[in-house]
Amino acid sequence: MRRAASIARQMRVSASVQNTLPTENFALQGVAEEGFLAPFGVRHASRQILQQRMKSVKNISKITAAMKMVAASRLRGAQAKAEAAQGIWQPMTKLLGDTPGVDVPNNLTVCVSSDRGLCGGVNTNAAKQFRAINSVVSSLGEGEKEFKFAIIGDKGNALLKKELGDGLKTLVVDATKSGVTFSGASLIADELLKIDTDATRVVFNKFKSAISFIPTMSTTLSAEVLEKRAEAEGFMNEYEIEEEDRAPLLTDLAEFQLATNLYVGMLENYASELGSRMSAMDSSTKNAGEMLDKLTLTYNRSRQAAITTELIEIISGAAALEG
Amino acid sequence: MLRQASRMLVQRATAGATRQITVGAALREEATTDHAKTYLDAFEKAQGEGAFQANLVPPAFMKDWMKKAPETTTTGIADKLTFNFYMPHGVEMNNAEVDMVLVPGKDGDFGILPGHVPTVSQLRPGVISVTTGSETSKYFVSSGFAFVHANSQAEVCAVEAVPLDQLDGEAVKASLNEYNTALVNAKDDYEKAAAQIGIEVTSAMSSALGN
Repeated sequence: MRRAASIARQMRVSASVQNTLPTENFALQGVAEEGFLAPFGVRHASRQILQQRMKSVKNISKITAAMKMVAASRLRGAQAKAEAAQGIWQPMTKLLGDTPGVDVPNNLTVCVSSDRGLCGGVNTNAAKQFRAINSVVSSLGEGEKEFKFAIIGDKGNALLKKELGDGLKTLVVDATKSGVTFSGASLIADELLKIDTDATRVVFNKFKSAISFIPTMSTTLSAEVLEKRAEAEGFMNEYEIEEEDRAPLLTDLAEFQLATNLYVGMLENYASELGSRMSAMDSSTKNAGEMLDKLTLTYNRSRQAAITTELIEIISGAAALEG
Repeated sequence: MLRQASRMLVQRATAGATRQITVGAALREEATTDHAKTYLDAFEKAQGEGAFQANLVPPAFMKDWMKKAPETTTTGIADKLTFNFYMPHGVEMNNAEVDMVLVPGKDGDFGILPGHVPTVSQLRPGVISVTTGSETSKYFVSSGFAFVHANSQAEVCAVEAVPLDQLDGEAVKASLNEYNTALVNAKDDYEKAAAQIGIEVTSAMSSALGN
């Protein structure tokens, strides 16, 4: 897989080089670029290079086509799973509310990203929103705010690690490798609950279709903040509670909400990643095909030119003998 | 025409009430989307000040993906309970019209009928039975939450739920024994707690199967 990735990256680079060059000059430019000078008198060196290049482009297009197929088949499962999880978080949000603009001193922001690259703009999108959230939240209300961060997925780490520094408290990689499960999400939630925070905001890409995803943010409040809100706004007043004290129940609810929000975020982001990879690999395959067509044309032309030159040489040689 | 008369009369009679309910829902909506508005305003302001890219679109919120609850147009107590049964890996029932639901609450079982008082309760391992007409479907749930809202809507979030007839009595017995030995051999508090949870769930399963 890693090899496929590096080859595909190379291909993207060479595809962009190719686009800037006129087709006719391509073979020669390619030769000069690689510093490959044919010895004097060798006529077909450029054709050999072209042949090699055609072979490698063909192989790359095979690999990207395979990656597309793999992403497409995984996407079907991931999409079904994301759809099945559409219920579990709803009662929590209905009861406890969704409060993106809550003004609390301790903030934790979690970025859900993918572990593998070559999936279009999924990770950069999430990272952009992630940065925006921190500046937006710090402008809310008056008081001083503290920010802590957590990242799920290796690619988000690569994008954000430098700017976060000590603020990065938790990093989870390979969470989607063996499939996203609720117990996996609960384990991560457990880890995040160890961080002292009042509100946890999770950024992820919500899957819409294979070609589009929507950056989404879920907000989970801590039990203490919920308790304060319950007192101030009274959203729990109409509900009857079995226990004497509602604090333990609110703690359980807050923890469960965090787990469900993470679970939904990871599932949706995984589906978005696969959808995005599918379309990225589709266009890579298409580009490789176009490139191969152009190379074949150049190859045939140069072959034809060589044949013509040889014919002219023979004919003119014969004419000289006769004359 | 006359056949429709009673329905239309009821509609006319309830029109005022319906509006009231919608207004109430809208107010509740406004109270909760207020936070989203605060965020979006702050987003716009920060963007104006050049804190991040000018073309960045603000994110969507979980609130935007909520399913709309079915409109309740009747006044008083509805004759059916609107029931949602959710699991992390599936939706067992969505806006199902049922007569009664029996739920294993943490402090004792309770039944939910239409018009039940709004309640929030944690679940213990046990059996949820859903009665619709003369049919009853039973599920074994490991844990979760039950919510009863006003206007006869109830929701259950279970971490794991299986139809009761899919439980294998022999396997339950075997794992109960396994957890019992694990409890005896437990080396630390964690193992002990894990074994106790196992015993609690499996013994609930075996009593649900009538052993």
